[in-house]
Amino acid sequence: MQHTIVHLKRGEKGVITDVSSELIPLKLLEMGCLPGNFVELVQVAPFSDPLYLNINGSHLAIRKETAIHILIDKIDE
Amino acid sequence: MSKQINVALIGNPNTGKTSVFNALTGLNQQVGNYPGITVEKKEGICKLPRGVKAHIIDLPGTYSLNASSLDESVVIELLLNKNDKDFPDVAVVVSDVENLKRNLLLFTQIKDLEIPCLLVVNMADRMRRKGITLDIGYLEQQLETKIAVISTRKNEGIENLKQQISNYKELSVKPCLNASEIDTEYFNRLQKAFPNQLLYKLWLVITQDVNFGKTDRKDIDAIASFKTKSKGDLKRLQQKETIKRYQFINNVLKRGQTIDITQATDVRTKLDRILTHKIWGYVIFFFILLTIFQAIYDWSSVPMDWIDSSFASLSNWVKETFPGGGKVTDLIAEGIISGLGGIVIFIPQIAFLFLFISILEESGYMSRVVFLMDRIMRRFGLSGKSIVPLISGTACAIPAIMATRNIESWKERLITILVTPFTTCSARLPVYLIIISLVIPEGRILGLSYQALTLMLLYLIGFGAAVGSAWILNKVLKIKSKTFFVVEMPNYKVPLFKNVALTVLEKTKAFIFGAGKIILAISIVLWVLASYGPGEQFNNAENIITEQYAAQDLTEDELQQKIASHKLEHSFIGLTGRAIEPAIRPLGYDWKIGIAIVSSFAAREVFVGTLATIYSVGSDDEETIKNRMAGEVNPILGGPLFNFASGISLLLFYAFAMQCMSTLAIVKKETNSWKWPTYQFVIMTAIAYIVALLSFQFLK
Repeated sequence: MQHTIVHLKRGEKGVITDVSSELIPLKLLEMGCLPGNFVELVQVAPFSDPLYLNINGSHLAIRKETAIHILIDKIDE
Repeated sequence: MSKQINVALIGNPNTGKTSVFNALTGLNQQVGNYPGITVEKKEGICKLPRGVKAHIIDLPGTYSLNASSLDESVVIELLLNKNDKDFPDVAVVVSDVENLKRNLLLFTQIKDLEIPCLLVVNMADRMRRKGITLDIGYLEQQLETKIAVISTRKNEGIENLKQQISNYKELSVKPCLNASEIDTEYFNRLQKAFPNQLLYKLWLVITQDVNFGKTDRKDIDAIASFKTKSKGDLKRLQQKETIKRYQFINNVLKRGQTIDITQATDVRTKLDRILTHKIWGYVIFFFILLTIFQAIYDWSSVPMDWIDSSFASLSNWVKETFPGGGKVTDLIAEGIISGLGGIVIFIPQIAFLFLFISILEESGYMSRVVFLMDRIMRRFGLSGKSIVPLISGTACAIPAIMATRNIESWKERLITILVTPFTTCSARLPVYLIIISLVIPEGRILGLSYQALTLMLLYLIGFGAAVGSAWILNKVLKIKSKTFFVVEMPNYKVPLFKNVALTVLEKTKAFIFGAGKIILAISIVLWVLASYGPGEQFNNAENIITEQYAAQDLTEDELQQKIASHKLEHSFIGLTGRAIEPAIRPLGYDWKIGIAIVSSFAAREVFVGTLATIYSVGSDDEETIKNRMAGEVNPILGGPLFNFASGISLLLFYAFAMQCMSTLAIVKKETNSWKWPTYQFVIMTAIAYIVALLSFQFLK
């Protein structure tokens, strides 16, 4: 099954495999949301939205509607 | 030629760029606007070694040279326009040692513009705590630059930075990577068509929607072969460019930076676990707000009492010292001094409010509130980012409306702009405070005073009105706009005293001088209108009153008071007030309050000053405004004019009415149409009238 950031649980990590450039703002890419970079779900707000992430060392929050377009491979620890 | 060089400070948000600016310029700074737009422009002067002076400009924070907002486009416009008088001789790129990777993206872009470029690594004091070490020599060589490692918190490295700025001529202007490799064929064609232009500059002009030097854009559009790339293609290329830059940066940092995670202590995680918690996060936010209102109310009472009595004795002193001055003495003592006293008295509260807001911003806590509130705000058609305008709206709606610029969706942004004026701005504060102290009893419940709780309730009403009307607007407005939402969660920091103090100073000054001018002018106009009147009733008041009360045994003082109040009633201002009285009587107001409300449409804070002028014109003793207001009698119903019913009605009127010309002007500017400010004015004022009417009729 193909995972996206939405499938992460709090504290879990993954590696970004693909971002669909049509649906993801350039600004997010510039903040480090690029294939190959790691991502960690730091915290979720109530109703699992927005998501507080650590992407490649950048700490940022995005909405679920954006997060479903960022594909990842989960890292099992 | 004077030996002055232009220095531009550029950097990502949250890198401490403003702290660097403050450290370099101290109090030699001023805040203005870029011509024609409302983006804040901060500039200052710094003395460099060897007698060189630097003109420093603190550009708005940006993550890259691909602008997505008006603020960011200011940065690019300046860097692309060599003819701008502020065009930098040297660009100082400020980065944060913990986010070096991301910060370097912007750095490599600026290098591509071939501007002399100095890299500042700020927050060096955190390096040890985070286990970070840098190989400066290697980084300088790879990045083709000089690096200044500083800590604005510890005030370290600033002198060295000044030294390095003054040596700007030795800086390399060589780009540190070749970004055109992402599509060599395309860039070659581009360069061939414009052999004299910088390739990266052309690329920026092609990919941006912002407007820098219209001619450049037209030139490029004129050559049809370059329209072959669609928007989607260009965006894919921009993505490739970003990946390429990160590859370069990753390679450089692999050798130039080592992070020993075992050394890192993580305060962020611990704090975030509590502050962004699903329950505790909200509870803490609520208590922080509660503390702020209690503080504004309680802590400022001492300096306020002092200011109040000082102005009263100053006015008296003027009258006693220059008794022969006649009208001029009266104008100064009763018009100008009372009017100014009405505004100076609120300095302590306004300063406290800005103090708290800037601490919340500086510490990084505000982003957590954005995170917590986004989902809730979205239900009302707002964004989590709307929380910043709504909270800064408690200081002043003008900067708050400007702060909506980082909201990505136009619909969410428009709704935020339209509802922000409902939040309780500091200009409403003077009105609220004086009326609350008149009509709400003293006393405490659970250690909180009734008066402070009323104030908090008014803030909540303002906030509720904003959110409620947002919900309606969200249903009514038919605007389709793409929404995306990215907010950086910066590290927690102990706010720097210097930054906070400068913000409080600058904002309070702007409020006092901005409002002060209007208040002074209105005080004088009001005094004139109150001191002169048409016809027999005004000019012959002495005789009329003396005759009328001849049968009664009045003391000289009582007689004088009757004459004065008769005069005021028949002065120009009295006649105006009388004319509008029928419209406002159902709200529980008399003609004097009517005048204060009318003059408030210039700016709300004029209310208190106006009453001060009207009342001190009406009587000669040194009672201060508040005591004077408490003594007013309702001419129709009897009893005190300012009672619970009329007080609440007045509070609610001010809570909802749109009474600020400057805000309307800003809304016009930001929405680029008169349509929205007009709606705002009409609807808000109508709501205010209806709510005030209902509340008075129910409570009286």
